[in-house]
Amino acid sequence: MNRHLLSIHDVSAQDIVRILDTAESFREVGSRVIKKVPALRGRTVVNLFYENSTRTRISFELAAKRLSADVINFTTSGSSVSKGESLKDTALTLQAMGADAIVIRHSSSGAPLTLTRWVNGSVLNAGDGTHEHPTQALLDLYTMRDRLGRLDGLRVAVVGDVLHSRVARSLSFALVKMGAETTLVGPPTLIPPEAPAWGVQVSHDLGSVLPKLDVCYMLRVQTERQRQQFFPSVREYSRLFGLTRDRVGLLPEGALVMHPGPMNRGVEIDSDVADLPRSVIEEQVTNGIAIRMSLLYLLLGGSGAEGGGDA
Amino acid sequence: MTAARLMDEAEIRRALTRIAHEILERNKGASGVALVGIAARGDDLARRLAGEIERIEGSAVPVGALDITFYRDDIGMRSEAPEVHETRIGFDITGRTVVLVDDVLFTGRTIRAALDALVDFGRPTAIQLAVLVDRGHRELPIRADFVGKNVPTRKDEDVRVDLTETDGQDAVMVQEAAGSRMGEGA
Repeated sequence: MNRHLLSIHDVSAQDIVRILDTAESFREVGSRVIKKVPALRGRTVVNLFYENSTRTRISFELAAKRLSADVINFTTSGSSVSKGESLKDTALTLQAMGADAIVIRHSSSGAPLTLTRWVNGSVLNAGDGTHEHPTQALLDLYTMRDRLGRLDGLRVAVVGDVLHSRVARSLSFALVKMGAETTLVGPPTLIPPEAPAWGVQVSHDLGSVLPKLDVCYMLRVQTERQRQQFFPSVREYSRLFGLTRDRVGLLPEGALVMHPGPMNRGVEIDSDVADLPRSVIEEQVTNGIAIRMSLLYLLLGGSGAEGGGDA
Repeated sequence: MTAARLMDEAEIRRALTRIAHEILERNKGASGVALVGIAARGDDLARRLAGEIERIEGSAVPVGALDITFYRDDIGMRSEAPEVHETRIGFDITGRTVVLVDDVLFTGRTIRAALDALVDFGRPTAIQLAVLVDRGHRELPIRADFVGKNVPTRKDEDVRVDLTETDGQDAVMVQEAAGSRMGEGA
């Protein structure tokens, strides 16, 4: 496996199967009374978050702690970053402190790649701008495979603001890589024009797509990333592309509803739809810890990483 | 590369039958005894031993599988992270006598890891160790309570245990070390 995880393009289909299989073992660890194993004792994992994200940071923190690694949380508020320190100087500081892995979230696409130029440890992308969020995609694949038994041939729709969504990009690349039939659904203004080149279908009519799905993946409407008006009103958006109580009935029996969180209840998903048994949104969160344990273990558990292998 | 056969199917069967008797003798029956096999082949051996014990004693003993990968002392020393197997212990080990089962006892490091892993699941009354082959060359103060066969080996040789469940045949072989299988007899 590649030393870093910056994008889904860094992992092969075979790597993905190994990541998911290893996560299976870590989910078993998560069901024990003592949910901790000594695999990464003596290793240091830094969470470097330039954007707020409680759930992803906590998930990575818990994953590293359950592997017995030492965890440092470096958030921009109240740190030297708020005093104007550049990414490079922060990276060099972390490098000097001997970080074995750096988990980075940044509002600029490509920041994790830039980081790899200055550090020897593994870099894990926890979301960069509108580029990618590979660990989210992997935990989503894990959840689908766990619930439905396969990925190949699975019919999945990714619905909503694809244009601003790094989750949608990573997930689409990963689904296509694993042989799933993927359809992006949303208003034309929120579907990237290059999307057909990813190997996915595009639709603007949610109602016609729903009856043919195994998984309906709802994206959060990211008003904070939208710099202009992409749809007339939230009300109209949720009428056309929201997963409402009525619309969810169009899904075949056994089809899953997924969402990466945090949800805007009443916008992209009706509140009572989010609480249906077929909604596996909380399972996604639980599986996220196992996937991140699996990735940290596979990236740091070999001596391939420089700075590792010290006795 | 020549491989010499140390045990064939019948010898393996007889050794397991004897070990099953010894486990029952030592523990005065099957009550309170549980078997935990170390993945992957110890797991198969544990299930066979449980079958023998049930046949002899007429009562079933719980069987579990333990993967020790996360407890290894060489994580980060190999180029790739070691492959992980399944752990399945569907019973409470606290208050039981747990017999750890493995195919080959060599350096003792696998057993050291297994002891650490096991105590994370509870506090057994006692832990005993059963192995099909003891090939010597211990690097830790560990010995087996039940041994199928003691085999003097050179340190640079490989002892390979094939079991029908995973390898399609029952045999124990010794050969010159070449591309040794991962986790071999460690």
